[in-house]
Amino acid sequence: MGKYLAVRLADSIPTVWLVLTLVFIAMRILPGDPAIAALGDMALPEQLAEFREKMGLNVSLWQQYLNFLGGVLVFDFGKSYMNGAAVVDLIARNLPYTIELTLVATLMGFTAGVPLGVLAATKRDRLPDTGVRVFSLIGYAIPDFYLGALLLIVFALNLGWFPINGAGEGFVDRMYHIFLPALTLAFVKAAFIGRLTRTSLLEVLGKDYIRTARAKGAREPRVIYRHGLRNALLPLSTGMGLSLLATLSGSVAIELVFNRPGIGRLLISAITERDYGVIQGGVVVFALLVVAINLLMDLLYIVIDPRIRVQ
Amino acid sequence: MMSMLTDTRLPSTTIDTAQSVAPAPGLSDLLKNLFLRPSTMFALAIVVVFVIVAILAPWLAPYDPLSQSVLKINKPPSWENWLGTDQFGRDVLSRMIHGSRNSLLFGLISPVLAAMFGTILGVTAGYFGGVLDRVISRVVDLLLAFPELLLAIMIAAVLGGAFWNIVAVITVAFVPGFARVARASTLAVKQEPFVEAAIAVGVRTPVIIFRHIIPNISAPIVVLMTLWVASAIRLEASLSFLGIGTRPPNPSWGNIIRSGLDNLFGSPWPIIAAGFAITCVVLSFNLMGDAVRDVLDPDNAK
Repeated sequence: MGKYLAVRLADSIPTVWLVLTLVFIAMRILPGDPAIAALGDMALPEQLAEFREKMGLNVSLWQQYLNFLGGVLVFDFGKSYMNGAAVVDLIARNLPYTIELTLVATLMGFTAGVPLGVLAATKRDRLPDTGVRVFSLIGYAIPDFYLGALLLIVFALNLGWFPINGAGEGFVDRMYHIFLPALTLAFVKAAFIGRLTRTSLLEVLGKDYIRTARAKGAREPRVIYRHGLRNALLPLSTGMGLSLLATLSGSVAIELVFNRPGIGRLLISAITERDYGVIQGGVVVFALLVVAINLLMDLLYIVIDPRIRVQ
Repeated sequence: MMSMLTDTRLPSTTIDTAQSVAPAPGLSDLLKNLFLRPSTMFALAIVVVFVIVAILAPWLAPYDPLSQSVLKINKPPSWENWLGTDQFGRDVLSRMIHGSRNSLLFGLISPVLAAMFGTILGVTAGYFGGVLDRVISRVVDLLLAFPELLLAIMIAAVLGGAFWNIVAVITVAFVPGFARVARASTLAVKQEPFVEAAIAVGVRTPVIIFRHIIPNISAPIVVLMTLWVASAIRLEASLSFLGIGTRPPNPSWGNIIRSGLDNLFGSPWPIIAAGFAITCVVLSFNLMGDAVRDVLDPDNAK
């Protein structure tokens, strides 16, 4: 276990390096001078020089690259081009909201999706199965930001049951604010998880040991949950990694719809303001989150299925 | 391509037998299956209507999608404006009709371009192997770790949203998927006796690749392409919604929803209409993609 963990961790180092290098290259092939982009055409040469000095743009490209990599190592993601605020502070302030939304949505999505999948698999080709199929078709097609906007219009604006923006203070208020955004993301996720659970469970239920379990007289719920679902969990954990990533990317638009703070909104407003300092930092953080989630999922596999450790 | 036509070292009969080893499903099979299911027919009908609307947009739209009117702000649907008007008094239906052009363009161009580049990368990696394969595979694996939307947001954040930038963004987001499939299929086809025979009798590499490899890996590529038309339309809508796709005032279904969100208290109709259109079209392309997959790739059909 320890060895496998070490190998996986070591393996993610070149990945992170490659990601950072790609981000750096992408930010540097931008047309135009970042100093002029930040200060405008009318800026005086002295102002431009001062800006370059402050943002570390006055040294050679290699030096900038090394500074960038070194900065990320110590969690220094540069400064905002607009107001000079440290990007790491902006991220630290916004990241908890995004993580909170992603986790609550994932929890809700699984709570709804797994039972739906079990229902569809056990009532195969009957009405519940068709219902789940239609639900997942819609879930695959409807854009999350549209669903979010609809929920916002109906439940927040017209019925007034939920707040229309913000994130709230204190646990209860925060959960109250997070409900609609999380529900939006959970709907899409439940469609995905439901379909995955159905496929995976149906495959497991065709196995010999299920026939054995039934033959020895185990009651149907025990067959489904104890023998079936437990073994159907492994492909489901792959799906969990995918759906965590999908929710993370979906949260960008959802934060915008519900006017919630978060790292997605930070990135989008940085794009609108052409604040390349924050864009670079935001992109790096998203990239690191993706690598971290993938790593975590790999570790989860070993916990769920010990056979993988041997390979 | 000329070289493969003028290459006479290999008797043409050999090539014919070689190709008959793995016959690609014909168009008639595809059509037969498409016509078998009512849901697919329904989807096809919606797609056809959508394509016609996009092509005929300037003639179908009752008003100029950009013309504003202070007198007609935030009107609900009426006989005059079927879907009402937005906060600038622009006709929502006309904006939707013109917006369909963006969805169709990006939906079709990006998967085709991505399939081209992805196939080039995948076949190169799979056929030549070695260092080239390791470098390409590493980058592809890395990009595959990112959800397409997140990758697109990250690239669009850096590039900005001109037309070809958006095409490039969506294309780059899809290339890794094609490259992986093309590489895996190439590895499989390369082991086939007809390819080994071609190599053994000294057929030149470009001829092998274009004559033997690419025709035999095209089925999964085509499946992926049809499945990703829907994703491309969704992706363009998402990017336009986020303000990094099609730029206002030019209409796109995504940015109609965005500007509707800024005008929530004025009128919900632009949001409702544009979102409904995206959902229907994406759903239809998904259903058609599934049908095409079932025909071309029966092993993978669920």
